[in-house]
Amino acid sequence: MKHTDETETATDGGEQLSDDQLFGQLAEADRVQLSRRERFGLLLDAYVLTPGRVAWSDWRTRVGILVISLFFFTGVVAKASTSNWWLLEHVTIVESPATNQAPTNHQPFDGGFAAITEEGGWMDTTASFPWVEFNAPLGSTNYGEPIGRQLIHSTPDMIEMVVAGAFVSVGLAILIGITAGYKGGKTDSVLMSITDIVMTMPAIPLVIVIAAIYPPREAWLVGVILAIDAWPGLARALRSQVLTLREESYVEASRTMGIPSTTILSRDITPQLMPYILINAAQAGRSVIFESVALYFLGVLPFTTANWGIMMDTAYSEGFALVNMANFYQIFWPMMAVVIISFGLILFSQGMDRVFNPRIRARHSKKVGGSEDHEH
Amino acid sequence: MLVGLRYYWERIAHAFVTLLAVTTITFALFRLMPGSPADAMRAEFERRLAGSGQTADPEVVDQMIRVHTGFDPDKPIYIQYVEYLRDVIIYQDFGQSIQYGDPVFDILFAAMPWSIFISVYGLAFGYTANILLGAAMAYREGSRFDSYSTVAATFLNSIPYYVGAFFFLAFFAYDIGWFPGSGRYGRGLEQGLNPEFMWSIVHHGTLPIMSSFIVGFGGGALAMRGNSVRILGEDYLRVARLRGISSSRIATRYVARNAILPLYTQMMIGIAAVFSSSVVLEYIFTYPGVGWYTYDAIMRRDYPLLMGSFLFFTIVTLIGILIAEFTYGIVDPRAGSGDQSEAY
Repeated sequence: MKHTDETETATDGGEQLSDDQLFGQLAEADRVQLSRRERFGLLLDAYVLTPGRVAWSDWRTRVGILVISLFFFTGVVAKASTSNWWLLEHVTIVESPATNQAPTNHQPFDGGFAAITEEGGWMDTTASFPWVEFNAPLGSTNYGEPIGRQLIHSTPDMIEMVVAGAFVSVGLAILIGITAGYKGGKTDSVLMSITDIVMTMPAIPLVIVIAAIYPPREAWLVGVILAIDAWPGLARALRSQVLTLREESYVEASRTMGIPSTTILSRDITPQLMPYILINAAQAGRSVIFESVALYFLGVLPFTTANWGIMMDTAYSEGFALVNMANFYQIFWPMMAVVIISFGLILFSQGMDRVFNPRIRARHSKKVGGSEDHEH
Repeated sequence: MLVGLRYYWERIAHAFVTLLAVTTITFALFRLMPGSPADAMRAEFERRLAGSGQTADPEVVDQMIRVHTGFDPDKPIYIQYVEYLRDVIIYQDFGQSIQYGDPVFDILFAAMPWSIFISVYGLAFGYTANILLGAAMAYREGSRFDSYSTVAATFLNSIPYYVGAFFFLAFFAYDIGWFPGSGRYGRGLEQGLNPEFMWSIVHHGTLPIMSSFIVGFGGGALAMRGNSVRILGEDYLRVARLRGISSSRIATRYVARNAILPLYTQMMIGIAAVFSSSVVLEYIFTYPGVGWYTYDAIMRRDYPLLMGSFLFFTIVTLIGILIAEFTYGIVDPRAGSGDQSEAY
């Protein structure tokens, strides 16, 4: 484990104790000697850097983080391109998609590599801005809207949706699951009955009806609505985790010491569940993407801005992308976007699982060395 | 594994309470929807009457609305609610579809077997594949097969079922033309137990089943692998080997049985997921099952039909959960005591 070695030298790198002091000083005195900055460094190391290194050593986390960062980066690019904020007002990295920007039904990578830098080809190096201009490398729709631009410009909304959805569903699950598991008794049975009811209701029809009552115009609201059916599974899982945790001796000790329940819950129990919660946040984000794209495709959510689901709907109903194989690319790109993002999120949560589960980690470093190492 | 009769009754009562709660919530939701069912129907009738050159008599319209929805627009909501419950529970009367004019129950009852056909087969195939693949991966833990299968299963897990459906439709239905892209069976076939008709049903159902297969596949295989790997390290397996029990018996009785349990509970939640995904799948495949009617009802604001299909989904899910809970004791004798079992 070379990582831990590095860590130790890094942490001890600050205020040095000379050897003769080693036995002559009290532990408290040592701690006083650490400046605030060093203490921060220690915490940073223990909670961010070391887990980060462990995570990075797993290829799944690497790919996952890469995909997620790319997703966020795309969002920033699109946001900067449309922003009216003074500094970014004239910055247009990727133009907003509009009809007739490209020839209609322009095939992706039209003309092959020979056409890359050709005039009107899919990469225009003669653009006035220092960056190259892309002319619909991913093809265009029936109305000549470049698909690549549509994909990029729908990212900020997707991010908003995913983050809001994951946040709300995980928050609800934590609140309900942990309270039910810890309080037990009547609270437990009431909360779990509510969970069962929500779990039994058919998710997609329920969301459709809610969307009909209150059509969500903002992306984050779509995420919140989709969170409605994402929390019960996690709440149940958290509850059963809490049921075992509350029997642990240190929780018992806190209870007998008369520490209030809220403190026990927030200090003793929730931190133990954090890994589980984080992994599920990634899963919740994935299910928000799956469902929102499906619902936009069905046309039950209001069409506001460009969106992967709306792109699929347009390709399906107006581009006849399934019937006409020549137009399949129109539905292919948004589908790939969904698949890649969700692949990234799953890999990320799997990698995180290894970081948080020392047992699995130890097992892997010991036993499965072969499978992990052969690609290093 | 024998569980007291009381436990069964408690679970059934619990299911009924859930059903009642869902009905109440649904009823409230439909009241909140913009344009009440009665308003929608009134507009519909007035248009129809105007089309035939008659003027609408408000009383006649009220009467028609009452007949069609079972709602009396003048009555207070709580009375409407009680009456709706009474009709559903005692007379199995879900009202009449505004769009089709037929009783909702008849429409859904005819569509039901088709939805169950594609969903249950998809779920069954998905879980069988999960168990087999997961077990094989655990058996060869750390091998090249294991690591490649893990990546493959993860990748499959990140494909939404509708993306699978699009690929199947584009390639197998429209490009190669092996399977039909819509409908439940071929036209002009004599319905009944004749081979052509049965074959046509299977032929039309293949692509939807393949798509709903994706709903349950992928994540389950990894879960099965994880469970099996954990069990493979247990002491009782070593003891079993020392006792000279044959490896096939160990694999099926000791490992598989214990590893399947968590998957079995996961399947109960899977039932709900599969049925609600049928709305999207049946729309894509133009497969007139309950999901297709649900979508149609939402688009046309056919509230009685929508509410009926809502209840259908809930009832099927509840029955699935009940069956799973009652058979849980057979799969896992330890869970037999019932009361404590965290069934789902």
